[in-house]
Amino acid sequence: MVKEYFFEKTDRTNAFITRLGLAMYEETGGPLEGKGIAVKDNISTAGIPTTCGSRILAGYVPPFDAHVVTRLREAGAAIVGKTNMDEFGMGTTTENSAFGPTTNPHDASRVPGGSSGGSAAAVGDGMVDMALGSDTGGSIRCPAAFCGIVGLKPTFGRVSRYGLIAYSNSLEQIGPLGRTVTDVNTLMSVIAGPDPRDTTAYDRPYTHTPSGEIAGMKIAVPEEFFGEGVDPAVAESVRNAIGKLEDAGAETMTCSIPSMAYALAAYYVTCTSEASSNLSRFDGVRFGPSVETKRSWHDEFRDHRGTLFGKEVQRRILLGTFALSAGYYGKYYAKAQVARENVRKDFLRIFKDADIIAGPTMPQIAFKLGEKSDPLSMYLADILTVPANLAGVPAISVPCGTVDKMPVGLQLIGRHFEEERVVDAAFAYEMEVA
Amino acid sequence: MVLENDVEGIAKLADIHIQKEELGEFTSQFNHILEYFDILDTVSDGEEGKADLVNVLREDVVTPSLTQEAACANAHETEDGHIRAPRVM
Repeated sequence: MVKEYFFEKTDRTNAFITRLGLAMYEETGGPLEGKGIAVKDNISTAGIPTTCGSRILAGYVPPFDAHVVTRLREAGAAIVGKTNMDEFGMGTTTENSAFGPTTNPHDASRVPGGSSGGSAAAVGDGMVDMALGSDTGGSIRCPAAFCGIVGLKPTFGRVSRYGLIAYSNSLEQIGPLGRTVTDVNTLMSVIAGPDPRDTTAYDRPYTHTPSGEIAGMKIAVPEEFFGEGVDPAVAESVRNAIGKLEDAGAETMTCSIPSMAYALAAYYVTCTSEASSNLSRFDGVRFGPSVETKRSWHDEFRDHRGTLFGKEVQRRILLGTFALSAGYYGKYYAKAQVARENVRKDFLRIFKDADIIAGPTMPQIAFKLGEKSDPLSMYLADILTVPANLAGVPAISVPCGTVDKMPVGLQLIGRHFEEERVVDAAFAYEMEVA
Repeated sequence: MVLENDVEGIAKLADIHIQKEELGEFTSQFNHILEYFDILDTVSDGEEGKADLVNVLREDVVTPSLTQEAACANAHETEDGHIRAPRVM
């Protein structure tokens, strides 16, 4: 039986690009029955416009649902709208959106983080309990940390990417955001599992009940996560939080991730290279604003993309095109892939002795709007989140206190396909401070 | 170090028209970022990842998919169920 869900909450933070005042849901008896869920605007929703925060997809209405959206509908969720984001997921603040920036629910002069800033702000401001985001280099965990909520980036392959509009497909995953670990756990159980339409999706469903029993859990703390560039007040909050995990029975040890020295460069070379290929599909022929078919292909294509892509998207496509071009491939792309493998090996080495790696999610609290105007300084803010994407391991951000009244996030990273343990550690922390 | 000329050439390869007056800023940001990427020169020779990958294959069986009408619904110019594109030559 189809029921109506009225979504009338005020959007104080510009969290939504498209909202449905009246959303429908089915009485399926599923775990999300009658719940309003927000979905990031790079996840395809049949009949609901999907823009990726870009003018180049203005007016695009997907003819099909992403796998995760099908799963939401089957679980009884009411999809209340599509959330704001950095254009194609390229950014750390949600300022790179063609629909204007989203603001932080805790302080309207600050950013919500990005690129899933709309999803995090919608949850943080109480408009919805849960939302879906995507995380290529921290795009779920960063806004979760900045908005004081919980966000999980799953293991690469645990959630189908079918219907996620691709930006960097060897790195990105769809994942849940919520106010509590329990909500994130519920949403994860709905979206995880196999899908023949995504050949990188494993048959590893997620059926877990969070447990705060972490006695004997081994937690490694990398020195690099507390190094240069990390605000000492943020570092102190996170160290206190790790102390709470010790109170709950966890054993801690220090560790080192030497590959962190070049992880960020490896990440940006990889994601821009993949973007330069993925975004070539936006040619104005099959979707989005139209091109003039009487002009020649390249002239029309060039003007179309020069006008409708934002500056950061253009910059990343150009960087990726350069990194893959003859004469530079060996210096940039090939080196980045070796670096990436070194990051993965560092994680595997640490995970021989430890169950969880803990540190800050972001090196600072939420920036002021406009504070990060230089592209490289914006990229550097991703230093603590990109390693998990390069290695493909799961990572969660859980709120752990405040600095200057702004939330701080504790990041907990686990072994491949051990989301359950990551969730338990986050749940134990949540119980310890409740 | 890349020059404005180089950036213009890359933009042409990428099919993105960059306004002349924006080339200077793009070039300086480019150099700033590439200088940072130089840290990859310190990566000692190693191997690219070869995770335990297996090819995922299936029989090529026709299954239900988008109708021609749905596939063309977002295109602006269609003709007989096909999508019109700009001329290539």
